[in-house]
Amino acid sequence: MFSIIRSLWLTFLHMFHKRVTIEYPEEKAPLPPRWRGRIILSRDPDGMERCVGCYLCAAACPVDCIALQATEDENGRRYPEFFRINFSRCIFCGYCEDACPTYAIQLIPDFEMGEYDRQNLVYEKEDLLIAGQGKYHGYNYYREAGVDVGVKGKGEGENEDKPVDVRTLMP
Amino acid sequence: MKVKITIDDKIYEVDQETNLLEACLSLEMDLPYFCWHPELGSVAACRQCAIIKYKDDDDEKGKLVMACLEPVKEGMRISLQAPQAHDFRAHNIEALMINHPHDCPVCDEGGECHLQDMTVMTGHNYRRYRFNKRTHTNQYLGPFINHEMNRCIQCYRCTRFYNDYAGGKDFDVFASHDSVYFGRHEPGILENEFSGNLVEVCPTGVFTDKTFKKHFTRKWDLSNGPSICHNCSLGCNIIAGERYGSLRRIRSRYNGDVNGYFICDRGRFGYEYVNSENRICIPLKIENGESSPMPREQAVREISEITSGAKKLIGIGSPKASLESNFLLRQWVGSENFYAGIPANEGKLIRQVIKILKKGTVRTPSLSEVKGYDAVFILGEDVTNTAPMLALYLRQAAKNQPGEVAKDLKIPDWNDAATRVVVQNATGSVYIATFHATKLDEIATQSYYAHPDNIARLAYEVMAEIEGNFKDETKVEAMDNANQPLSSSIAKAMLAAKKPLIVAGTSLYSEAIVQSAAAVANALKEKGKDPGLVYVVPEVNSIGLSMLSEQFLEDAFDKTDSADATIILENDLYQRKDKSSIDAFLKYQKNIISLHYLENTTTHQANYVLPVGTFAEADGTVVSNEGRAQRFYKAHQPDNDIRSSWEWIQEIMMDKWGSASFDEIVSSMVREFPELERVQDAAPSAEFREETQKIPRETHRYSGRTAEDADKNVSEPKPPEDRNSALSYTMEGFTGVPPSAITPFYWTPGWNSVQAINKYQIEVGGELLGGNPGIRLFEPKETTDLDFSDHIPLQFSPKQDEYCGLPLYHIYGSDELSAQSPAVKERVPEAYIALNDDDALKNDIREDDMIEVSVNGEKKRFAVKLHKGISPGILGLPKGLTETAGTEFPFTATIKLISHE
Ligand code: SF4
Ligand code: SF4
Ligand code: SF4
Ligand code: SF4
Ligand code: FES
Repeated sequence: MFSIIRSLWLTFLHMFHKRVTIEYPEEKAPLPPRWRGRIILSRDPDGMERCVGCYLCAAACPVDCIALQATEDENGRRYPEFFRINFSRCIFCGYCEDACPTYAIQLIPDFEMGEYDRQNLVYEKEDLLIAGQGKYHGYNYYREAGVDVGVKGKGEGENEDKPVDVRTLMP
Repeated sequence: MKVKITIDDKIYEVDQETNLLEACLSLEMDLPYFCWHPELGSVAACRQCAIIKYKDDDDEKGKLVMACLEPVKEGMRISLQAPQAHDFRAHNIEALMINHPHDCPVCDEGGECHLQDMTVMTGHNYRRYRFNKRTHTNQYLGPFINHEMNRCIQCYRCTRFYNDYAGGKDFDVFASHDSVYFGRHEPGILENEFSGNLVEVCPTGVFTDKTFKKHFTRKWDLSNGPSICHNCSLGCNIIAGERYGSLRRIRSRYNGDVNGYFICDRGRFGYEYVNSENRICIPLKIENGESSPMPREQAVREISEITSGAKKLIGIGSPKASLESNFLLRQWVGSENFYAGIPANEGKLIRQVIKILKKGTVRTPSLSEVKGYDAVFILGEDVTNTAPMLALYLRQAAKNQPGEVAKDLKIPDWNDAATRVVVQNATGSVYIATFHATKLDEIATQSYYAHPDNIARLAYEVMAEIEGNFKDETKVEAMDNANQPLSSSIAKAMLAAKKPLIVAGTSLYSEAIVQSAAAVANALKEKGKDPGLVYVVPEVNSIGLSMLSEQFLEDAFDKTDSADATIILENDLYQRKDKSSIDAFLKYQKNIISLHYLENTTTHQANYVLPVGTFAEADGTVVSNEGRAQRFYKAHQPDNDIRSSWEWIQEIMMDKWGSASFDEIVSSMVREFPELERVQDAAPSAEFREETQKIPRETHRYSGRTAEDADKNVSEPKPPEDRNSALSYTMEGFTGVPPSAITPFYWTPGWNSVQAINKYQIEVGGELLGGNPGIRLFEPKETTDLDFSDHIPLQFSPKQDEYCGLPLYHIYGSDELSAQSPAVKERVPEAYIALNDDDALKNDIREDDMIEVSVNGEKKRFAVKLHKGISPGILGLPKGLTETAGTEFPFTATIKLISHE
């Protein structure tokens, strides 16, 4: 008996608390930048696609909802020929972002993806690729890697010596 | 012999002939290594396999040694886990990684990289070294191999394989200390026929498959079929990997009896025709030259209507098709109307070979056993081009005699470094008799170039030398001993050897060569030797097809009048015989039904074309040159109408075969052909389950299942079911080591690279768990009633102005299908005609001149190549190139100079 009255009283008091619910969608919820929502593919500081088609995100995905195919441009730079995420399966766990060695794939604070037709939840590269760097600025994988794919020549990277001259007689 | 040793205070039984690394790996222990390879032996270059070896039971400190260079000794005590050993290994990897680029995400080795695996195994996971990395430039190495030298860890496996094992000449190690460089003296095509094995031998991503790079997929994303290479008669075991409906790559599938760890470049890179634009994917109906696609049901209905009421059908089988497809075609048309789709001269020769395999007394070794012979006599065969992997193993056989010296010095087999110091480049007795210079000549004690008849005469002389004289005096006259002293030195070498090996084949269409090879082998056997006899035949299932039929193309051509329909199975007849005779045959056929993979001249003549699976989309059994029946499985189930030929025939003959499973078809075949009985045991049946589960074709890490087809339909389709085998088209199922014949990939925890094979073998480098796959159909008999010296041919002497045309084989080009793969196509030579220097001089012909060759009135023009060693009176014409397809050998021709270059 007493506990029922107490509950009623507490509930009554809530009428005078500051309101937590907001008038969504008129009012938007403030989301922290690391909120795990809609997935995007970002670009590097040079404006090129960051994704190198390494398939690590696809392998990390627990529901297997990422499918892609790697291809190469005339310089041998690898990028995805297609990149598909089936958001009707995605559980927004962020494992793909954790797995990505290039900061290409990122989860952003946006969850407004509702669709009447489930088929529309299948996003292709055009739908995923944004114009900027997303959350992580400054990183350019091809500047760190050893391969020469038209970004920097062999030995021109930061922690790299000039290529070895195999014909030299010097020790 | 097994001995007891103590490892980390536990007692184990290990093989005495091995080193400690092999012993530990055979015990399933995870000891990291790089430079040691089960087939290449130990050199202790990488310093990764360090362990502690104790002097005796009281020794507390022990000594750090390299396990791969330390022989097993009874009672020895070692430790893998001792902190000093463990730290040494961790630091060693750290040192190896100092210069390693930040490449894994774009490195094709990633995910199946031995360096990654070993790094994880030793626990080195954070870079401490803050200074610069040394870098290297890369080289263009041709259409097969990609080079990324930065990734090298200086293990020397590549040069040990390429130069020492495969006999390559255009590769080496350059520079010194931490700048050593593995590559060519200048950028250019890697010439060796086995260069593709660098992809698997190199433990890092320095050498990767360039064809795979173009449609790259990680190992974990492939759907794999345990398969058999269809590019020559040796039947090497391969893994065919598919993704998104296209075939992505071929890898070697270990079979300790057949190909071992390796395959040739034709086998590895000749797969791309499977993804060709000319691929037939839906049934076609061709009317008045117009071809129109038609739904499967309708095609099946129309074809059954035509054939069910037919009075007579003709069925033309194929040595490229499986036993099952050929057999069902034979059941469809009736045995009397089934013809092996090869010319009679080839077919009869293959039947001779089968007879010798069946009734002879000499053992035909399995491919890998060839390594154990110590003297070789090759008759007529250009092995490097007709049976590439055999050439690789003959090269190893040639090392056995000089290797004896190492044995006397008590150097164990696996100690490659020491053995090589002793052996240097010496080779044992290898005699080669061919009609032109061949690549294996470089290891030959002596080569002899002559017409096939003279090659056979040489062999008979050798036989006579071995026997002391001819048993049958009447035959002595036929011989003139023209080849002394060569014949007696060959005979002496064969008799001096422990295990002499005779290699011959059907490539020159010479019965005399086939017979004389058996005659020599038999003579050796009667002298109490333990000889081997290997025959090379033209195609993957030549033996199987010729066991099903003794009627050949010409027999079909002879009686064409009354057939209502002609069914041509996986065969482009224009590759088999000259255009005019095929045209003449096809012209009178009312209904031609062609089952094929690619559009070709034959399918263009057909009324109906059914799309059938290549080795990658079909199930079946093929019989290799040694008579080994081997099963191959689909890598995936295509989502179009492509299916195995036998599945099409089954559908057309619904009432009779409709419900039969693959295994039931095999049983009916075996009932009809008791000789094939053991084909049933070639692989586990479709009912086979491992712990009640099927064997998955996909790895447990297969990705993208809920997205790969989502563009078409967001609801995932049910995966196709495989009712014909114990394999499934999914990633679910048994995860351990499956039976060897149905192993779709190698993977065990911690071992993502091919090196996981260690865990699939009973002992590393040995037999697979449960035995090596494949069933030998023939074993030698105690006695034989065959007479091999019936037809000693007459001496061939060149005629004035008349030439004998013989085939020249090219590893890239002579096989019609692999030659249509873009990478291989780059290596296919332009058509040419090869001539002897003297013959050329006589006709005032120089290199590259254009000449006209007339064969039976048909004239063709070719540029001339002066071919080293080609014998006088002989023209060599490349076999199977687009310009020479359908040429029948041997031919008689005249030549005329058209223009000087
Ligand atoms: S992990 Fe990153 S770089 Fe790799 S495929 Fe995914 S998005 Fe691209
Ligand atoms: S060789 Fe191995 S460790 Fe090196 S980049 Fe390639 S995958 Fe990574
Ligand atoms: S290229 Fe590969 S096989 Fe050759 S030494 Fe370097 S890591 Fe070893
Ligand atoms: S040797 Fe023959 S069977 Fe073996 S891989 Fe090469 S082509 Fe294929
Ligand atoms: S494997 Fe033993 S030193 Fe390389």
